Amino acid sequence: MTMGPAERLTPLQSMTCGLIGILLFLGIWSGLSLSGVVPHQFLPSPYDVASRFVQLLSVQFAGATLPQHLASSVMRFSYGFFLGAFIGIPLGLLMGWFRMLDEIVSPIFEGLRFIAPIAWVPFAALWFGTGIGGPILIIFAGAFPPCLINSYRGARFVSRPLIEAAQMLGTGHVRIILEVLLPASTASIVAGLRVSAGLGWQSLIGAELIVASTGVGFMMSQAQLDLATPTVMSAMVAIGLVGLLFDVALRWIETAVQRRGLS
Amino acid sequence: MAAITLEGVHKTFGAGKVGVPALQDVSLTVLDKEFIAIVGPSGCGKTTCLRLVAGFEFPTAGSVLVDARRVTGPGPDRAVVFQQFALFPWKTVFDNIALGLRNKGVGKDERNKRVAAAIKMMSLEGYETALPHQLSGGMQQRVAIARAYVLDPDVLLMDEPFGALDAQTRTTMQEELVRVARLNPRTVLFVTHSVEEAVYLADRVAIMTRRPGRIKEIIDIRPVRLAEKWDKHDRIEDVMDLESFIHWRTHIWRSLREEKADRN
Repeated sequence: MTMGPAERLTPLQSMTCGLIGILLFLGIWSGLSLSGVVPHQFLPSPYDVASRFVQLLSVQFAGATLPQHLASSVMRFSYGFFLGAFIGIPLGLLMGWFRMLDEIVSPIFEGLRFIAPIAWVPFAALWFGTGIGGPILIIFAGAFPPCLINSYRGARFVSRPLIEAAQMLGTGHVRIILEVLLPASTASIVAGLRVSAGLGWQSLIGAELIVASTGVGFMMSQAQLDLATPTVMSAMVAIGLVGLLFDVALRWIETAVQRRGLS
Repeated sequence: MAAITLEGVHKTFGAGKVGVPALQDVSLTVLDKEFIAIVGPSGCGKTTCLRLVAGFEFPTAGSVLVDARRVTGPGPDRAVVFQQFALFPWKTVFDNIALGLRNKGVGKDERNKRVAAAIKMMSLEGYETALPHQLSGGMQQRVAIARAYVLDPDVLLMDEPFGALDAQTRTTMQEELVRVARLNPRTVLFVTHSVEEAVYLADRVAIMTRRPGRIKEIIDIRPVRLAEKWDKHDRIEDVMDLESFIHWRTHIWRSLREEKADRN
């Protein structure tokens, strides 16, 4: 069995490869931690993390169990993410259609979007204290740009004959945006939402390290104070798993949208 | 009565030294309910002429009038049929055809009636709920023509509408268009690079020079067509066999050849 670069793998082969990767990763991790090459308090073993993870599902840490912390994180994330989508997508479409709006918003936006969401933490704390507004602002700062950029690009790159056809049919601005630009940009918008979810979720953890009073990020910062490394890592695993879940869900939507567009 | 008037039209794309002149002093008058075809070597600016009338472009100098009014932008009084169909892929055949009427604020009953009539005219019955990608190229162009005709426009602008179709479909569509155009006459500006198509369809054929385009010659086909009773033939090949057809086709062909010879 030869496997050239262009060769396609069967699902079984690809799953086997994935499993090999995971086992290798866990193997090296266990080796480093159990052999004592890396001190135990610096790097807990996979077994310690797994047992702590299971324990945290029912036992409280920093005032709540892991699922409870996760739930409050996901709730904050949802607010910021949907706020980003509800403002970013329409604004992007409008900017893609009205040249003047594009010229007005673009310079500010281009300047702001390179500021990492975490950089808003001091102001988030100043403006909102420990309330829910702070983390939402930070997640919004992460989730908003990809929503705006992708809906803008989608609207800008709608094929010209399609827009000309709409215009010669006497289609007004609102209807062109809703019935031409929006459906033509759907694939691009969903791709943007995927990036938004990723960036928003990453920003959330950073926001919670500092601002919040529950949530996975808060749990991590508390565990850090106790040097409870298995707890920190359990939280990291939970963050990774939930992030993966979001991505799988959005990828599924993306494929569904693309298939509808192509078939 | 002149439906379309191009007067001393110049069009340059880009500005200054990099500006590319596309049209040079083009003057052309299309009469009401007249079918005029523009032929010319590729890149001569024939599509630009059509786009000026559609309101997608504006002349650098000169004037473009439709119904004695200056063209200020695209609108449903000048329906366009594009070479690449330009149907909305997410709208059904029915909704594609109905959009223009919805924009005009035509009531639902009236709208349904008119869309149904357009669907019948273009033999699209049974495909109302199909999406464009489910149809062949020829069928898609039928939808595009129906979408234009349903608006009952004063002027119909067709930009190489059969250029993307295979030869057989193309022939059927040409015959179909003759049928529809004779039944339901409109002022038509038809851009094509096919000489046969121009002679077969048009009342008059305007021949353009190579870039920057000018109108070189206008041939009046209509008197010949009526005298020789081309329309009593249902099939394009029967018309193409007639001596009168061959005469004008060859004449136009020679005229175009001179243009190409200039360049090479």
